[in-house]
Amino acid sequence: MELTTIWFLLVAVLFTGYFILEGFDFGVGMLLPVLGRDDRERRVLINTIGPVWDGNEVWLITAGGAMFAAFPEWYATLFSGFYLPLLLILLALIARGVAFEYRHKRPEASWKRRWDAAIVVGSLLPAILWGVAFANILRGVPLDADHEYVGGLLNLLNPYALLGGATTLALFLTHGAVFLALKTTGDIRERAGALAVRLGVGAAVLAVGFLTWTLSIRSSAAAVVLAVGAALALLGALAAARVRREGWAFTGTAVAIGLAVATLFAALFPNVLPSTLDAAGTLTATNAASTPYTLKIMTWVAVIFTPVVLAYQGWTYWVFRKRIGVANIPQH
Amino acid sequence: MDALDVARWQFGVTTVYHFLFVPLTIGLSVLVAILQTMWHRTGNERYLKLTKFYGKLFLINFAMGVVTGIVQEFQFGMNWSDYSRFVGDVFGAPLAIEALVAFFLESTFIGLWIFGWDRLPKRAHLASIWAAAIGTNLSAYFILAANSFMQNPVGYRINPDSGRAELTDFPAVLTNKVALITFPHTLAGSFLVAGSLIVAVGLWHVIRNRDSADAGAYRFATKFGSWVVLVASAAVLFTGDIQGKIMTDVQPMKMAAAEGLYTTESPASFSVLTIGSLDGSREVFAIKIPYLLSYLGTGDPNGTVHGINDLQAQYATQYGAGSYTPIIPVTYWSFRFMIAFGMAAGAIALLVLWSQRKGRTPSSKWLLRAGLAMPVLPLLANSFGWIFTEMGRQPWIVFGEMLTRNGVSRSVSLAEVLTSFTAFTLIYATLAVIEVKLLLRYAKAGVPDVSEQPPTDDTDDAERPLAFAY
Repeated sequence: MELTTIWFLLVAVLFTGYFILEGFDFGVGMLLPVLGRDDRERRVLINTIGPVWDGNEVWLITAGGAMFAAFPEWYATLFSGFYLPLLLILLALIARGVAFEYRHKRPEASWKRRWDAAIVVGSLLPAILWGVAFANILRGVPLDADHEYVGGLLNLLNPYALLGGATTLALFLTHGAVFLALKTTGDIRERAGALAVRLGVGAAVLAVGFLTWTLSIRSSAAAVVLAVGAALALLGALAAARVRREGWAFTGTAVAIGLAVATLFAALFPNVLPSTLDAAGTLTATNAASTPYTLKIMTWVAVIFTPVVLAYQGWTYWVFRKRIGVANIPQH
Repeated sequence: MDALDVARWQFGVTTVYHFLFVPLTIGLSVLVAILQTMWHRTGNERYLKLTKFYGKLFLINFAMGVVTGIVQEFQFGMNWSDYSRFVGDVFGAPLAIEALVAFFLESTFIGLWIFGWDRLPKRAHLASIWAAAIGTNLSAYFILAANSFMQNPVGYRINPDSGRAELTDFPAVLTNKVALITFPHTLAGSFLVAGSLIVAVGLWHVIRNRDSADAGAYRFATKFGSWVVLVASAAVLFTGDIQGKIMTDVQPMKMAAAEGLYTTESPASFSVLTIGSLDGSREVFAIKIPYLLSYLGTGDPNGTVHGINDLQAQYATQYGAGSYTPIIPVTYWSFRFMIAFGMAAGAIALLVLWSQRKGRTPSSKWLLRAGLAMPVLPLLANSFGWIFTEMGRQPWIVFGEMLTRNGVSRSVSLAEVLTSFTAFTLIYATLAVIEVKLLLRYAKAGVPDVSEQPPTDDTDDAERPLAFAY
């Protein structure tokens, strides 16, 4: 396999991992005021993701770094072109990251209320904007022959991209609710389980619509198979959530999100950022790539370290596998 | 004002801000790990209390370092896309490796350490903080290797067709002599900050809470921190000395700009301060130490240090007409502030140690004030060090290869970058106020009570409160 193809796959894997992992912690953040009726319940919700959210976010940093190293043109055009959405994502990630750490540092209700708002907004904005961004990558954007983005902000807010944003929002909400049903006890678990089913129906409708529209824009055999797989996994997750098989439901939403992201990358390949103007502006896995020497070194590093990272990150989830409930929340 | 200026200001503000948290994270992660190791070795609760106490301050700071770090990675693509295109082949690799090898380690194990007090075997829990500390320090290496490529590009060639830098020798990039010396210098500067924080907080309790049951713990912390500061000061001086010579070798203009030395001199003197016009036309008053600049730059008291005018003429011939001189007042003063603020912390640490000699308890109000100023001094030194090294590289973004003005994003408008700059400045300022208040609150609260052990019977395990919860 070509090195550029390997790196296209690796970038796809990193973003897929990112959306599966941070997808549920975005969901938990957004559901904070919905499922957390009082401060103790909210703390239960936050503590389900407390030990892992930071590690989840490193998937994004690694995906960004991998894109920079392997496809500098893609990284440069995408990040300068999608300027304002990325700015909002950054501000949101700052606010929610600090909020997790600082919320419990003072007892005042007003203090906690403000950080709760930061967590909700800080989870909501990226949950929508990542969908908008990836839909635009797939749809293509106006790039001139120098691969410079020449559209404005409004160009990014087209109906297809907005549907993409609504889809990631609904998927992450469902994924978060399913995760909470899996990780909590008592009343919260019941409510999260019931909410997951209702959210899941909406997510399934949006996801099927979005993936169908996606395949009508650009498609490949692999993309069709992945999209069908994503839809089936989501339906499976719904069925499992209905009968409160929480582990299966979470597996289902995780696989569904993973396959949905994979669908986008499969449909996109070999392009990485198509131009809607001049075909010469289109960035591909070949013309956006670094030199073979750089890719070869990076491949070695990835081959050696990725399994190690997966092992210890997986171990973390094992260490914190226990469900928690309001009784487990200490006074301070 | 154009988008270039604002992009530069944003990079300066966000980077200096990010680096207020980084030194504490680098230094405190290791120092807290050492305290916890001492607890394991001795079983003395004093060290456990200090681990948890300084651990809390560490985490308040850590969160800020994490979230401001993401901005740094995104900013290259957002504001400096032509720079990213030009160097991506070389510069992206250390960044990606940093994330994969160092950030995952740091972030995953910090989570295990925070929440793992009752979930992990004691030894695994101790190993977690060490893993996080190693990840943190390792990340510094990769990012400094990337930065060193901008100061002294090595291990690459320029592709004549694309005009871009291409990696030809990755080991050369990782063993760039600038990186090899900047890494220990930065670590030493970081331990200067972390040690100072430990002293400041400890000393406050030693003087204000002299009858506290934990007075012994605070006394120990104060001495421990002071020794860290002293060793770090020595390391800063030693590495800074070597760094100065490497800088003179690879970026002679930066050394000339550090002194505001316009004409080549051998021997060259170092001015402690200069009043007058810094454009070299008129000098009103200056305190000069003869031979010192020659020694700093070359290791030989009579060595030749090239002046700005000669270098400017040489670069104009080499790279074409234009100014290749940094803003001299900025480089001149930031270089001096870096040295002065850094050394001040070391001097105060000596006073603090002296005040506690032979078991004495200090009570001087002035000593307390000096002690409380301590963490701020090396933080300023770190900031001025970065301002010096980045401003001293100007007008280059990659020395000798790309001008800063050619690296900026062409597709980003002034309005966009202004929006971004304003938003970051506002959110960063707000968070700074919140963070400092929290640090003071938790610093004043003192060491926690660690006597209450969790119940040992397993019957109500499901109901047992977590050892730590957000």
